[in-house]
Amino acid sequence: MELITTLLIVTLRAGTSLLYATIGEIYTERSGILNLGVEGMMMLGAVTAFSVVYATGNLILGLIMAMLVSGLMALVHAFLSITMRANQVVSGLSVTLFGTGLASYLGQRLGPESNGFSLSGMSAEKFTAITIPGLSEVPILSAFLNQDIITYLLYLIVPISWYFLYRTKHGLTLRAVGENPKTASAMGSNVSKIRYIYTLVGGMLVGLGGAHLTLAYTPGWAENITGGRGWIVIALVIFSGWNPSRAVFGAILFGGINAVQFRLQAAGTNIPASFLNMAPYLATVVVLAVMTILSRKKRGKFASPSALGSSFSIEDK
Amino acid sequence: MRLVLEKREAHSYKMTVLVPIISVGVSLLIGAFVLLFSHVNPLATYVYMFIGAFGSWSAFTETLVKAIPLMLTGLGVSVAFRLRFWNIGAEGQYVWGAIGTAWVMLYWNFIPNPMLLPVGLLIGMAAGAGWAGIPAVLKAVWKVDETLTTLMLNYVAILFAEFLYYGPWRDPEGYGFPGTKPFPEEAWLPRFSGRAHWGLLLAVVAAVILWFVLSRTKWGFEIQMIGKSPKAARCQGVNIKRNIILVIMLSGALSGLAGFAEVAAVSHRLQKGIATGYGYTAIIIAWMSQLNPIAALFVALLMAGLLVGGDQIQMMMGLPAAMGVVLQGLLLFPLLAGSIFTDYHLRIIRNKGGDA
Repeated sequence: MELITTLLIVTLRAGTSLLYATIGEIYTERSGILNLGVEGMMMLGAVTAFSVVYATGNLILGLIMAMLVSGLMALVHAFLSITMRANQVVSGLSVTLFGTGLASYLGQRLGPESNGFSLSGMSAEKFTAITIPGLSEVPILSAFLNQDIITYLLYLIVPISWYFLYRTKHGLTLRAVGENPKTASAMGSNVSKIRYIYTLVGGMLVGLGGAHLTLAYTPGWAENITGGRGWIVIALVIFSGWNPSRAVFGAILFGGINAVQFRLQAAGTNIPASFLNMAPYLATVVVLAVMTILSRKKRGKFASPSALGSSFSIEDK
Repeated sequence: MRLVLEKREAHSYKMTVLVPIISVGVSLLIGAFVLLFSHVNPLATYVYMFIGAFGSWSAFTETLVKAIPLMLTGLGVSVAFRLRFWNIGAEGQYVWGAIGTAWVMLYWNFIPNPMLLPVGLLIGMAAGAGWAGIPAVLKAVWKVDETLTTLMLNYVAILFAEFLYYGPWRDPEGYGFPGTKPFPEEAWLPRFSGRAHWGLLLAVVAAVILWFVLSRTKWGFEIQMIGKSPKAARCQGVNIKRNIILVIMLSGALSGLAGFAEVAAVSHRLQKGIATGYGYTAIIIAWMSQLNPIAALFVALLMAGLLVGGDQIQMMMGLPAAMGVVLQGLLLFPLLAGSIFTDYHLRIIRNKGGDA
């Protein structure tokens, strides 16, 4: 039981950045915009958060700046794909290529002179786990209550996101814009504006996910810190069927793979580390393939927003 | 007064050439701000980068060394993009090309040494093609999203190569160096100047063949049609599934060829650092060359220049080499923003007293 609890603690910790980014990308994709820039935005969020906290010691400022920088990248994607009607796949890819490159550059440039301007290996303030007194002895449950503040915030964000999307007028408009922009436009919605807003919101949440990596999960900056998490997020959005509450399961599954991987590595096994490290990537391919094949039979429940990835303009009649 | 985008009657060829050139300028301009932000003189940086990449013949041969794998992976990605199949797995396919070649070079003792080179080439290409075949089949048969599968398989390929050169294939006499034994010398792909090698010829020949196939044959026309309108292609009786699998395997084979050239001519072994992100730069090359194989060669040369220039500023000015990658990434933004002008043009409408 104790093993399960400790595994679960790590699972939730590893899943936090994934879930933030997944919920962010769900908002973006629900509006009809496919943003493959998650990996780049997450990386920029991570480096921004760490460098700000390193320079100022202010954790909240770190989070805010990470959200702003990541949101700014999302706006670039929004401008290219909404206003300039560029190909969304390529635009998202360019955000990722630029974001990972810039993060790597800044990580080697914003550090102290004594460390050759590199941020790697530096330490700064971090978010630590806060336990709830009295409940920290209960097995399983205590894992949920032995987390940092960013994870606790998620316990609110998930239900709020679900409620917003399915039970409010704004949520209905958002889904309508992603399903059928023409009709939504005829009903008086400003499709471009709504898409801009949710691409920005999505980007800011992705930035928070990145910030969690450098400020809480593995405090400190390291080259290539996201390690493909941004791409796993794109897959998690598909697994979730674009539903924030179902996204929780995907994040726990992939957080769990991380936790087991660390556990095995620490315990020492005969499996070479390279193969253990492959697990999340192989799992993504397998789960994605299985989900795609299954969802073709159960159309509707897991279907993507119909207008996802296509541009829209009132002038195109 | 307001600005309106109006669809052009036809594709503007002036714009297809102008937009990429302007994009280079814009990317350098935005890059200058990044440099200023990190307290560096942008002009000096660019001058060092340019001299480091194109300033002398020996610098140019180093640029060629990086350009060769970029040309081949760029061609591979271009072919896939023609089908609107978003193959971002060139990196993994390139790594498999290197693994396949290394396997032949190190363990196929039953064939004479001089024969190892052509056989290694074939097996390297086959390995790249096979690796690309996985996402191709998943996409063609079950419609599994290829951006994710191709990308995830990059990590798997890189980790597998790592397993090989840290584990069973590690050179026992390598003093712990993460790499295999060197290949037999008779099987090296020859160099013509400095480290620049005949992989260049392979890349140019591949580009010419591709250009011919894509623009002058029925198959090329079919590929074009599937990419632009799968429905029309199906009506014409084109076998879409078979074409997706074939074309993507061809795409993987080209990246595999890049991996072959890299290990057979440059490193002469499979070693740590084989995957340096060529497969991702290939995406930029494909898009900037507008999927034209001949143009891809020149764009690859430019991208290689940015990489070598990046290495140079690291050595000369102590700046992170990643600046080269930043500039590459920056190229796509103005390029994407500008591409709208090939199909649309701006018109200014003056309202007279009306509401905007």
